Amino acid sequence: MNEQDARSLLEIADDELILGWRDSEWTGIAPFLEEDVAFSSIAQNEIGHARALYELVAREGGTTADELAFDRPPEEYRCSALVERRFLDWEQTIARHYLYETADEGRLQELKASGDPEVAGLAAKIDREEAYHRMHARMWFDRLKDEQRFTAALEELRPLLDAGRDQHTPELAELWEEMTMVRRSQPAGTRW
Amino acid sequence: MVTAQQVWAALAEIPDPEIPVISLVDLGVIRDVGVENGTVRVDFTPTFLGCPALEVMSDAMAERIRALGAEPEINVRADDSWSTDRITPAGREKLRSSGFAPPTPRDATAPTLVQLQSNVFRCPYCGSTDTRLENIFGPTPCRSLRYCTSCRQPFEQFKTI
Repeated sequence: MNEQDARSLLEIADDELILGWRDSEWTGIAPFLEEDVAFSSIAQNEIGHARALYELVAREGGTTADELAFDRPPEEYRCSALVERRFLDWEQTIARHYLYETADEGRLQELKASGDPEVAGLAAKIDREEAYHRMHARMWFDRLKDEQRFTAALEELRPLLDAGRDQHTPELAELWEEMTMVRRSQPAGTRW
Repeated sequence: MVTAQQVWAALAEIPDPEIPVISLVDLGVIRDVGVENGTVRVDFTPTFLGCPALEVMSDAMAERIRALGAEPEINVRADDSWSTDRITPAGREKLRSSGFAPPTPRDATAPTLVQLQSNVFRCPYCGSTDTRLENIFGPTPCRSLRYCTSCRQPFEQFKTI
């Protein structure tokens, strides 16, 4: 795997892990049951993608998926500010979902064309699952596209896609504390 | 000395952890079995990458292989080689008779919402195609929810992957 592929895989893995965590925050409290199920399922898929991507990168770098996912300090994550934000509003959640899935489709197409068969194979696998996320995001886009609150959320969040991956929001540090709490505390009898 | 045929037969007895009416062999997740010097290698392709049943499946395969007196080696292949098209005809029939509508064949292009909203999906209970999409997502990543207007029965549809 070349360095650029490894860097790209790590960015996607970090995005999917953090977004999966954020999406799972709707479990139990989404506006209606269908969306509770949808966002829980999407979150599960995203975290599954993150794990597979971390495993591939970890093997190259002589580390493990868990170490990559949880043992780096938050400032070393390569995720986008778009996935870091904690949203309590549905229109922001859907705006992020739509922006993210649309952008994610483009980079997956590039990875599917990678000369490394493992990278291309994993990207193709992920893309099959993401097709259902995109379908869901577009369904919601069509429902809300004429709502002012939704279009305002799209305008507010769109710049985050290009905001870079070196600077992070305080919300990422908060999420990291929460996400790694059990792992860092090492309760008696646990082994990682 | 254990043979590949014995291994396949043993793996065919392992139920899918979430839909126990079908076996791992019916599900098509086992790509290959190789036997060499007392080690049994199984090439295993995940259904959905985030499926929590994958670990249970790997552990169950390893356990069956040890019971045959061999050392298991489970290779997970995280590529695009598993598709719902790999579910065997017998597996599809078992799904249908348990109230799960089997997946439609994989197309060259990704499935679309328009396709899912069309009425080509058959109710596993009454056979009617007068069914509608309730939710793209369901109780596990591999399933969607539909409702049969004809017999007024909600049912789970396998997503095409």
